[in-house]
Amino acid sequence: MTNETIPPRSPVLSPQHSRSEWLSITLIWLVVALVTGALLWLLTDILWHGIGQISWSFLTTAPLNAGRAGGIAPILVSTGLIVGVCMAVSLPLGVGTAVLLAEFTANESWFGRSVRLSLDALAGVPSIVFGLFGNAFFCKTLGLGFSILSGGLTLACMVLPILIRSTQEGLRAVPDDYRRSAAALGLSRTATLWELLLPAAMPGLVVGLLLGLGRAIAETAALIFTSGYVDRMPESVWDSGRALSVHIFDLAMNISGGESQAYGSTLVLVTILVCINGTVSWLAERFRKSRILVV
Amino acid sequence: MSYPPSLYTEQLSLHYGSKPAFRDITLAIQPGEITALIGPSGCGKTSFLSCLNRLVELTPKAQLSGRILLGEQDVQAIDVIPLRRRVGMLFQKPNPFPLSIMRNIEFPLREHGIRQRDEIDRIVETSLKDVGLWEEVKDRLKTPALSLSGGQQQRLCLARALALNPQVLLMDEPCSALDPLSSEVVEQLIVNLRGKYTLLVVTHNLAQAKRIADRVALFWVQDGAGQLIEAGLVSQLFDAPQHPLTAAYVTGARG
Repeated sequence: MTNETIPPRSPVLSPQHSRSEWLSITLIWLVVALVTGALLWLLTDILWHGIGQISWSFLTTAPLNAGRAGGIAPILVSTGLIVGVCMAVSLPLGVGTAVLLAEFTANESWFGRSVRLSLDALAGVPSIVFGLFGNAFFCKTLGLGFSILSGGLTLACMVLPILIRSTQEGLRAVPDDYRRSAAALGLSRTATLWELLLPAAMPGLVVGLLLGLGRAIAETAALIFTSGYVDRMPESVWDSGRALSVHIFDLAMNISGGESQAYGSTLVLVTILVCINGTVSWLAERFRKSRILVV
Repeated sequence: MSYPPSLYTEQLSLHYGSKPAFRDITLAIQPGEITALIGPSGCGKTSFLSCLNRLVELTPKAQLSGRILLGEQDVQAIDVIPLRRRVGMLFQKPNPFPLSIMRNIEFPLREHGIRQRDEIDRIVETSLKDVGLWEEVKDRLKTPALSLSGGQQQRLCLARALALNPQVLLMDEPCSALDPLSSEVVEQLIVNLRGKYTLLVVTHNLAQAKRIADRVALFWVQDGAGQLIEAGLVSQLFDAPQHPLTAAYVTGARG
């Protein structure tokens, strides 16, 4: 009997194969170049137009003539306060809820499922809706008025779903082996959580925090109705304050001749975002290393 | 050290939801001896083991009926935390925490109220010596436990369990995920623990059971649930089995 099996063709040497390989590699690189190019263009544009505005006095003086001149000092302070309020409220609430969902609620339980579903729905709600809700609830019902507090709390509502879901995913990614072996050693759930699970879930928490912070600091729509437009230096969180992104929006859309100042403010905003990203990742890595040792 | 306690299960049955894992297991585990649980996969040996330190309570929908006595005490009447300190466990897959070698032992000690530095250092050293790991790791106690080899990791897990000074040790196929050399080392360690602890070892390795155990219990799936077929001294089970299934299993004819 003759051997009828055909020797397999080498996949590397086949001309069709190498052509399609070449095509897909080119396509992938094209996409990468497009994405990077768009980002670079944006950043270069901001840097090009904005760098001339940046000076010490731009950062330390109040805006004049509706923002056409002067600096952005009160706006930076307001932004810091708003984001501070937002994070102070959303971080403990978010991590707490994530722990409850991931560690103390069965994944397939009715409660867990409905909370997850609501969070995912909330995360997709446009920010203007959060703005209207914040205006109705914090400014009017709770009587906080147009204030930094209202703005920060509204942002907290907006950031919470992101923070909760990514922390929860981080906790879920921690292997069950740790929980079982910790339990078998007679360790309490609290100790296991603090010493093992939270440090191991740190990457997820950080991603959530960064996404949340980024969303909070760049938010405009939700703040127009809640923390307001006032560009004076705020005296407390009860005062109205203008966030950086609101300032940019106002300069670009409503103030003729405000464009260069808008570019300057945008450059400051982008720089702050990049710095926050770097710092948070660095701090989280340090915390994780001090608790958990990565091989 | 006081003599370790015996373990006794009475009519123990476990269901996961509506699915039975094992049924009506009455087994006396002698103090200070090595009892090997043998039988084909899926016959409830591991589930049985995890009932004895109530670890099974972590599994949703697990329903246990019957009684387990640790010495004279019903384990349900003991708080889980002190219970699990008295009844240690070693898993099939080595599972040190992603902490340093030192912290792996120190963290459980601290949680059980041992906080003095010199006492912790002493216990870490003795328990690592007990598993023959001290000489290998004493200069790098602060390095990640996960950088150790599989066999070393399993020995660290054993040291971690021993550091809590348990009375009973449950081992779920402690050698099966290790290479032959490490497996031999761990097996020898288990033999050395005889007399000091009451030991229960699940194993698929009949030769190993024969080598290390004093008594053997054979589990088998019958009527859809794991059941205890026969239990007794090693010589009895291997040389003069009473049940035809035992005879078939130990000669390799079944299973």
